Amino acid sequence: MNDRPTIIGGLVIALVALTFPIWYSVGAGRPGPPPELELPADESQCVEDAASMRANHMDLLDRWRDAVVREGRRTYRSTNLGEVEMSLTKTCLGCHRNRETFCLRCHEYANVGGEGPAGGVRCWACHLEPEGN
Amino acid sequence: MNVLISLAAVVVLFLVGLLGGLPVLDIVFGILLPYAALAVFLGGLVYRVLGYARVPVPFRITTTCGQEKSLPWIRQAKLDNPSSIWGVIGRMALEVLCFRSLLRNTRTRLLEGGRLAYATSLTLWLAAMAFHWSMLVILIRHLRLFTQPVPGAVQWLQDVDGFLEVGVPVIYLSTLVFLVALAYLFLRRAVNPQLRYISLLDDYLLLFLLLGIGLSGFSLRHLIKTDIVAVKELTLGLATFRGVSLATLGTISPLFFGHLFLVCALLAYFPFSKLVHMIGIFLSPTRNLANNNRMVRHVNPWDYPVKVHTYEEYEDELREKMKAAGIPVEKE
Repeated sequence: MNDRPTIIGGLVIALVALTFPIWYSVGAGRPGPPPELELPADESQCVEDAASMRANHMDLLDRWRDAVVREGRRTYRSTNLGEVEMSLTKTCLGCHRNRETFCLRCHEYANVGGEGPAGGVRCWACHLEPEGN
Repeated sequence: MNVLISLAAVVVLFLVGLLGGLPVLDIVFGILLPYAALAVFLGGLVYRVLGYARVPVPFRITTTCGQEKSLPWIRQAKLDNPSSIWGVIGRMALEVLCFRSLLRNTRTRLLEGGRLAYATSLTLWLAAMAFHWSMLVILIRHLRLFTQPVPGAVQWLQDVDGFLEVGVPVIYLSTLVFLVALAYLFLRRAVNPQLRYISLLDDYLLLFLLLGIGLSGFSLRHLIKTDIVAVKELTLGLATFRGVSLATLGTISPLFFGHLFLVCALLAYFPFSKLVHMIGIFLSPTRNLANNNRMVRHVNPWDYPVKVHTYEEYEDELREKMKAAGIPVEKE
């Protein structure tokens, strides 16, 4: 006697669990294309290079927050645009006017935009949402 | 020496992985190797388990801890020595989820006057629990890169894991627990002379591989960040077999490929290492067999029909001689 049927059953369960991402994406329908961002029409450059902003914008915003709120410094010497004011509402949102079509597209795609504590976009807990939404 | 060799091996693997940052090689390290590693991982596991399935089930092991089912006034240790399938499931669940057998770990010390003392030692159990559970949490958290839309449970786990809200991006508790537990498991081997004596190259290699994956993952999230949207395009493309555009692949940092290559190495090595205990734990005969030897007849699977010569046949054959010699016979 051996336990072949039980073992094979367990193996099938294990394989189904391990390949979850593959059949989940089949079940949930093919995922849409990666997000496309609505870029500002009147500006072609951000304060830092696009590649660096894509990876490190949260650091920049974090540093700005600390500089403004804790140290009272308000000017930032940027690589591309000279001296700019460290202000989310005036500087960042001055160009990127719509958070739905800019911030949240990527944040939702990479699942860092939830409303929970680990969600990345906690900016709006303090900052007012700009008009024009 | 084993420590240095395995550390060097992991460092070399990581450096090789960094080559994925170069054009053309990013296809190899980003697409071909992950698929190959996954195929080896799944195929290897299936091969190992089918090997186990071919082995006949041994006789029920009665010498597990605890009182077996006996007379009604003797209390049975139902979880340690179960006689029913539910008892077995309970024992198995406690072993798989709580690592119950590690609670039996003891440490010995020679006291003054040459007395030998034994005491329970829970640190190994604690570190093993911390490591395995945080690794599970980390694996589930990574589903955010492999699914679209991301299941709500993953989001919930992310929120709970990052509830301290320290740093941007938020530092997850499971990351810290994972690294600390692994560091302890390594130091335990490195510091204790007896453990160092019985440790093999493979033991250190796996610890360093996991530490390398943990540290490179931590760096990717907190220190040297990369474009996470491009990473998700790649990982989601892998999960859905849709591939990824070369332009996107080119924007991902070398560190990510180092991380990914270490994961690939771990996956490919998995079926050939002691990590198969992930599946083998379910096949431990002292855990998964109910002790019902006194209730159910177990036939030896490799029994062959034994030629027997019964007393009746013996008497039939020699009756006349027995009578002549005056030996009493049962049948006249």
